[in-house]
Amino acid sequence: MKVAVQVTCINDAMFPDTGKAVFTLLRRLGVQADFPAAQTCCAQPMVNTGYLDEAVPVVRNFVDAFAGYDAIVTPSGSCAGSVRHQHSIVARRSGDDRLAAAVAETSPKVYELTEFLVDVLGVTDVGAYFPHRVTYHPTCHSLRMLGVGDRPLRLLREVRGLDLVELPAADECCGFGGTFAVKNAETSTAMGADKARHVLDTGAEVLVAGDNSCLLHIGGLLSRQRTGVRVMHLAEVLAGTEEA
Amino acid sequence: MSATFVGMPAFPAAAREALSDTQLRRNLAHATGTIRAKRAAVVGEVDEWEELRMAGAAIKDNTLRHLDEHLLRLEKSLTDRGATVHWARDAAEACEIVASIAKQHAVDEVVKVKSMATQEIGLNEALATQGITAWETDLAELIVQLGDDLPSHILVPAIHRNRAEIREIFRDKMAAAGRPAPDDLSDRPAELAGAARLHLREKFLRARMAVSGANFAVAETGTLVVVESEGNGRMCLTLPEVLVSVVGIEKIVPTWSDLDVFLQLLPRSSTGERMNPYTSTWSGATEGQEAHVVLLDNGRTRALADEVGRQALRCIRCSACLNVCPVYERTGGHAYGSVYPGPIGAILNPLLRGTGVDDQVDSLPYASSLCGACFEACPVRIDIPEVLVHLRSKVVDAHRSAPKAEAVAMKSASWVLADSKRLGLAERGMGLAGRLLGRFGRKVMPGGRRALGRLPWPGSLWSNARDVPAPPAESFRAWWRREGRR
Ligand code: SF4
Repeated sequence: MKVAVQVTCINDAMFPDTGKAVFTLLRRLGVQADFPAAQTCCAQPMVNTGYLDEAVPVVRNFVDAFAGYDAIVTPSGSCAGSVRHQHSIVARRSGDDRLAAAVAETSPKVYELTEFLVDVLGVTDVGAYFPHRVTYHPTCHSLRMLGVGDRPLRLLREVRGLDLVELPAADECCGFGGTFAVKNAETSTAMGADKARHVLDTGAEVLVAGDNSCLLHIGGLLSRQRTGVRVMHLAEVLAGTEEA
Repeated sequence: MSATFVGMPAFPAAAREALSDTQLRRNLAHATGTIRAKRAAVVGEVDEWEELRMAGAAIKDNTLRHLDEHLLRLEKSLTDRGATVHWARDAAEACEIVASIAKQHAVDEVVKVKSMATQEIGLNEALATQGITAWETDLAELIVQLGDDLPSHILVPAIHRNRAEIREIFRDKMAAAGRPAPDDLSDRPAELAGAARLHLREKFLRARMAVSGANFAVAETGTLVVVESEGNGRMCLTLPEVLVSVVGIEKIVPTWSDLDVFLQLLPRSSTGERMNPYTSTWSGATEGQEAHVVLLDNGRTRALADEVGRQALRCIRCSACLNVCPVYERTGGHAYGSVYPGPIGAILNPLLRGTGVDDQVDSLPYASSLCGACFEACPVRIDIPEVLVHLRSKVVDAHRSAPKAEAVAMKSASWVLADSKRLGLAERGMGLAGRLLGRFGRKVMPGGRRALGRLPWPGSLWSNARDVPAPPAESFRAWWRREGRR
């Protein structure tokens, strides 16, 4: 199976450790994955803000970069959701039949990381070690757009040393929402403040989620409030071992 | 009654004001939290809920596909049973029809059954300009009307008010509108309801004309259906000599067996009850009563023409999407500037009124984090997030001739993101800028990463409340290349 990793633009530019963790993890599980260097972004920032014409060249770049792979793994529920649900809309808008065909070919091969681990590789124990008290926030797009269900929790429960505590009102949106975070900044932070409060209520040292964009928002609030709670991508937790 | 949504600021500004009202937020969080829990419990009892949702969506879709035929059938059934059918293209026409019926019967007051359609067309205000007073008889509508306030929820228009506030409104305002509130009125719900009951009884017994909407209109028999909880509706529907019903053209269901599906979906989704206390149905005119039905378009055919947006016409106004919406929960309904607030309002208003003409309406598709809770709750499976994104693209397209700063930013982002080499360069620039900016921000975030200082506009929109980690010195792709892993 030819596997590629879609690192995502925000991970590439802001959270390179998450991309590195995905490769560490996959290698440990025996998967030799590529980083197609022509990749950039899934075009979600444009699509969700309403700029469909601007999304077309980005989607085109996506299908070109990932052509020929059997599976494309991404550490982002949001980007996986965007590829699966929005690329066809963008292709239709472009009026380019070849692009539409390429999208139909590529989109179904995109897996969010936990889907790939649990459904394709069939593992929940990835041999990780992380001796901390952790709470998990299911991001909206992984929860509702993709329906990853309890896969992330099943993976976390197998991590040695990890003390998993339940997050109150976990399925409520953190308020990030892409450009919503700036277009409706006050409402966004009001939602995030409630999420941060719930995180503090758990007494966890680390908040884990499968989307760095949501963590950027919640982590930014937790840091501004000087709570001392750290945010981490799920991939980085799963990549940790006793040796490293 | 002078309160009006006209001239409301765009959503972000209206929301900002609402967010600073802590009493409002407490009232809303409490009310939506309670109803959310009730809904979840009764929906959980129904094993085939998902099948019911699909059936509801399918019936509505099929009906909308042949709406013209169903409407003609409805008109015929109604006329055969002695009702008079009127067609209204817009709000002004509909209001004029109702006013002229009132004038024909020389009435200067009407009682009203809670109805979204009549609020949408501003009927009470239009009647007032013609010297006709319209009395709301639903408890929550009465509170809004007496308080000279605006509705903030589809089902519970006074959801933003608590008991103490309601007591004040009753004590201050009831006397001018009819029977005054008792002097010793407390804020116990039973006493408040009792005061409203006595106040309204006088009006039910006096009124010669009533105005209603309809939750459903069954084409095969010309039957209008109103579901309610308080029984005030039944009083209005049966006592007066003249009954005028204003019905949106999307309220149609072809047959009684179709109705069956919705009478299961609606109460569980709206009030969290297995069944609503009162269901009234009437077909045409009954003895001693004159019946009129105003079939209202007011933008519905415009919505129907939108192939992604038309699913919004399936809406049965249950309000489940409002109660689960995290944005609505914090901003309340007034921020949406319309009688249709919350997720459904964010799509319905632009669909009915069109995009690109009004900044307030254009702001609504952006009043969502796209979390998807509304879609999950909607009993007729309206994919609200999908429609929101679609409407955003319509808003953007409507403004393409005069691009805003945002459009310029999106164009450049698109240019950078269409090519990995350009992105690589941009990331290198970010790394440099980050190292520079990082010097100003001394703060270290939990986990050891340095934070940037506060950013200038538009970055301030983010950094006012949230720390921003400094960009890493090396992007992922730069690391990958350096490691020679290509
Ligand atoms: S959109 Fe769906 S959930 Fe919202 S009011 Fe309409 S039917 Fe109810």
